[in-house]
Amino acid sequence: MKLLGFVVICLTGGLLIYGTMDLPNWGDPASPASTHLSDYYIENIVEETQVPNLVTAVLADYRGYDTMFETAVVFCAGLACFLLLRDFRPGKNRYYRHIPTGVMLHFKNPDTRMIPGNEFEHMDKDWVPSDIIIKTVCRILIPFIQIYALYVVAHGDFSPGGGFQGGVIFGSSLILMAISYNLRTLMKRVTEKFLSIFAATGVLIYVGLGVLAMIMGGQFLDYGMLAPLVPWDPGHIRALGMLGVEIGVGIAVMAVMVIIYVNIVSEGRHDEGL
Amino acid sequence: MNELLALIVAKYNFWLYIVLMMIGLYAMIAKNNLMKKLVGMNIFQTAIILFYVSIGYKHGATLPIIQGGHGPHDAVIHAADYINPLPHVLMLTAIVVSVATFGVAMALCVKIYQKYQTLEEDELRIRLSEK
Repeated sequence: MKLLGFVVICLTGGLLIYGTMDLPNWGDPASPASTHLSDYYIENIVEETQVPNLVTAVLADYRGYDTMFETAVVFCAGLACFLLLRDFRPGKNRYYRHIPTGVMLHFKNPDTRMIPGNEFEHMDKDWVPSDIIIKTVCRILIPFIQIYALYVVAHGDFSPGGGFQGGVIFGSSLILMAISYNLRTLMKRVTEKFLSIFAATGVLIYVGLGVLAMIMGGQFLDYGMLAPLVPWDPGHIRALGMLGVEIGVGIAVMAVMVIIYVNIVSEGRHDEGL
Repeated sequence: MNELLALIVAKYNFWLYIVLMMIGLYAMIAKNNLMKKLVGMNIFQTAIILFYVSIGYKHGATLPIIQGGHGPHDAVIHAADYINPLPHVLMLTAIVVSVATFGVAMALCVKIYQKYQTLEEDELRIRLSEK
């Protein structure tokens, strides 16, 4: 199998390298990819949409349908992870630490109604003393990462950024919390319900803006039709529409990243993980 | 000799991406462990993303954000000054799809491991034939 695979990839690679002879040279301004449509986008986008970041403008306006179903794909991935892995049965083993004495208690088949007092702390099975440096640095860093994520979403029209990038940065700040503390600390702050509602809300914001444009008499996702709703700044309506869409994308991506992470590391139990 | 050098300079990035792509394809064909196959799939996707982004590049152009684009602007925009935004858009969505597919694939791997206690393909085949 290994030899066969090697022969196959040598043949395929050779053919592809032979095929590159017909490709335009690297960085050639006259290559087919960089002429027709690309020129139209570069020369007309600022005039048509008032958005200087061409990538955002093409993503959220010219290719709005593509991005909408992209968000739906991300939502479906989170849903698939949830449906495949989520396990609502209570865990067989549970570990508590008595904080004043440091004694570990091991419960087999614990009663789910059992409520530990303030002196007990729910522990992971493989408990290691948490490192105070890592905890402190992450605790200080996480708010700044989140502010940066919001900036990336909100300023996506004017500088590098957008909903997908900002959403991933925000999601990674939550994942950092789970890694530096433990999974239960994260799940106490962002519950599963919160994440599920946010993932659906993000997609709904996107679709809702499209439907709103239809109600206002335009076509689906035609942001120009939303102008009567923002009387103070109708000139930038397309930029504002894109901002709204990007916020929806950011919320959905943030929630789905955390859903995927939490379900995979804890095998769907949401009690202990990486 | 100069012709060969010019050819290498004009095409070497495509060749590098093809090498990367073939590394990923080899991992998907020949590796026995399902996680290693997934890593191969990700390498393959990365090669394609790099390929598309390099197609968008133009010599002497800058990144596709119009300078002074917000606020009043009278300057004429020349297409030759900015690189092609379209491959960037397509790859932005491709990256997200790759993360989503990777997440679902890992979830499936976790399920397979829970049921058969292994991710090696040959052992999985033995376990499946036992049933």
